[in-house]
Amino acid sequence: MTALTERPKKGAPPSVRPQPPTGVSKWRRRVPLLPALIFTIIVTQLPFVATLVISTFQWNILKPGERHFVGLSNFSFVFTDERLRTAVLNTIVLTASVVLISVVLGLGLAMLLDRRFVGRGLARTLLIAPFLVMPVAAALLWKHAIYNPDYGLLNGTLNAVYRFFGADNGPTVDWISSYPMSAVVLSLVWQWTPFMMLILLAGLQAQPGDVLEAARMDGASALATFRFITLPHLRQYLELGILLGTIYVVQTFDAVYTITQGGPGKQTTNLPYEIYLTMFRKYEYGEAAAAGVVVVLGSIVIATFALRTIASLFREEVSR
Amino acid sequence: MTHAALAAPGARFKKLLRRGDDPGGAPRLSPLWTFVAWLATLAFFAPVAWMVLTSFHQEADAATNPPTPFAPVSFDQYELLFSRDITPFLLNSAMASVISTLLVLALAVPTAYALSIKPVEKWTDVMFFFLSTKFLPAIAALLPVYLIVKDAGMLDNVWTLIVLYTAMNLPIAVWMMRSFLAEVPKEILEAAEVDGAGLLTVLWRVVAPVAMPGLAATSLICFIFSWNEFMFAVNLTATQASTAPVFLVGFITNEGLFLARLCAAATLVSLPVLIAGFAAQDKLVRGLSLGAVK
Repeated sequence: MTALTERPKKGAPPSVRPQPPTGVSKWRRRVPLLPALIFTIIVTQLPFVATLVISTFQWNILKPGERHFVGLSNFSFVFTDERLRTAVLNTIVLTASVVLISVVLGLGLAMLLDRRFVGRGLARTLLIAPFLVMPVAAALLWKHAIYNPDYGLLNGTLNAVYRFFGADNGPTVDWISSYPMSAVVLSLVWQWTPFMMLILLAGLQAQPGDVLEAARMDGASALATFRFITLPHLRQYLELGILLGTIYVVQTFDAVYTITQGGPGKQTTNLPYEIYLTMFRKYEYGEAAAAGVVVVLGSIVIATFALRTIASLFREEVSR
Repeated sequence: MTHAALAAPGARFKKLLRRGDDPGGAPRLSPLWTFVAWLATLAFFAPVAWMVLTSFHQEADAATNPPTPFAPVSFDQYELLFSRDITPFLLNSAMASVISTLLVLALAVPTAYALSIKPVEKWTDVMFFFLSTKFLPAIAALLPVYLIVKDAGMLDNVWTLIVLYTAMNLPIAVWMMRSFLAEVPKEILEAAEVDGAGLLTVLWRVVAPVAMPGLAATSLICFIFSWNEFMFAVNLTATQASTAPVFLVGFITNEGLFLARLCAAATLVSLPVLIAGFAAQDKLVRGLSLGAVK
C-alpha cells in the first residue's frame, strides 16, 4: 500500500503552496476532508473488521447456542471445501473471459468509432445502451427474451432462418442448461464491451495526430502503425479498462443470481453467489465471513495492480 | 444563416448527418468498414431494441416462435405495470438514488476541495485510501452490514440503502470531483485572493463555474450506480423499501413469466439511466475511469 501511495515527487507545482502552512491553517485545510473520511471509515472499514472477527467463529443461526471461537478453522474449511474451490475457479473463468473478450471487442469498436463515418454519433449512442440498461433487467432480458428455448430470440431467429431455407423447424436448444457459463459470459460481455469501448475510444482520441501523420508520411503500414504507435499509446488505457473491469466483474452477483442461480449444479456459482448462499441458505455465518475475507485478500492483489496503474496515470496528470 | 439553410436543405441534411463527427481531423472509414461498424452496432443494440419492441406487444405476440416483430403496438403492458403497483418501487429507487447522490455531493465536494485547491499534506494518500475502499468487494461486507442493520431495526428501510449507496459512491465522486476542481486555474484563484475576495466569493465566482459540469457528471454516475444496485437492495429490504431491481426479480417469481410485461418493466426501470446516459455520453467516460482518463 505505502509503495503505491507515495506522493509524486515532481508533481505538485510550487504555486500550490506559496508558504509552508502553519498549525491552524493546516487544520483549516483538513476540516473539509473529515466528514467524508470519518463516514467512509465507519461504513466501509468497520464491517470488514467485523467480518474478520466473525470469520473466527463457528456460528450457524439455526444452532443459536453453539456459537464459539474456532480460530482459523473456517479458513481451512474455505480452502478445502470443494464447493468453494469450484466457486473460485468459476469466478476466475467468468472474470477472465468476460474482461478479455470485452476488451478485444471494445478495442475493435473503438478503432472503428475513432474514424469518421455516416452516423457515427448515433452508432456511439446505440453502442453504449447495453451498459446503461439496469444489470438485473439485462439479466432477465437475456434469460427470458433471448435464451428461452421455446420463444427466445435466439431460437426464434434460428427457427425463422431454417424455415426460410425450407426446413420444417429449427433446433430447440436450451441455451442456459446446455451452455450455462457461456450464457452468463455472453450477457456480461454484452454489458461490458461498451465500457471498454468508451475508455479505449477516449484513449484513441487523446492520441497525438502529428505522430500518426508522420508515420503515414514515412510509409508505415496500417498494421505497423497500430502495433508500434497506437498499441503502446493505448497501453495505460487498456490496463485501466482491464483492471476496472476486473474489479467490477469479480463482484458479479446480479447476472448469476438471475440467469442461472449458480446452476445447473454449481457450474456457474461464483464466489459472491456462493458467499450469499452460505449466508442466506446455509446460515453458516462463520464460513461466509471466512470466504469473504479470502475474497478481500484476492481483491487486494488485483487492486494493487489497479492502484499502480491508476497512480501512473495520475502522476502524469499531476506533473502536467 | 437561416437563408442558407432555407436555400439548401440538402446541405443542412448533410450537416445533420455529420453531427457528432469532429470537424476534419480523423480519417474516414471505408464503406466496407462502415458496414462492419454498423453491423456490430446493431448486433449490440438488438437486445435493447427487442426489449423495447416486445414491451409494446401483447403477451400472445411476444411469446412466438419465430418472433413477430411487426405485431400491433399498444401501451397495455405499461398500464398493467402501474396497476400492479410498480410505483412504490420506483419511488423507493428514486428516493435512494437521489438522496444518496445529494449526500455524496455534500461530502465529496469539500473533500475534493481539500484535495485539490488547498491540498492537505499527503493528499494523494488520502485519494488512494478512498479508492482502495472501492476495490473491496461488497459481498464481504454484506454479512456484518446485515447483522448491524438487523440489530438496529433498520432492515427494510430506504435510509439503510441511502447510507450504503453513499459509502459505495463516495470514493468515485471524490476522485471525479478532484479531477474537475484541479482544472480551476491556480493563477485566477491567487489573483482573487490577492484582491481580497472572501472564500465564498471565490467559491461562487471562480470555482463553481468551472466545476459545475463536473458536478453534473459526478451526480450522473452516482445516480446510475445507486439506481442499478441490486445486492444490498435484495438482501436488506423486504416489502416497504424494495427498489426497482428487486421489483423486477420478485415479479417473475410471483406472477410467472409474462414476457411482454417483463420487457415493459425492464424498459421502464432502465429508462431514467438510459436517458441520462445518452444525454451525457462524453461525461460518462471520465466518470467511469474515475477521472483518470480524459
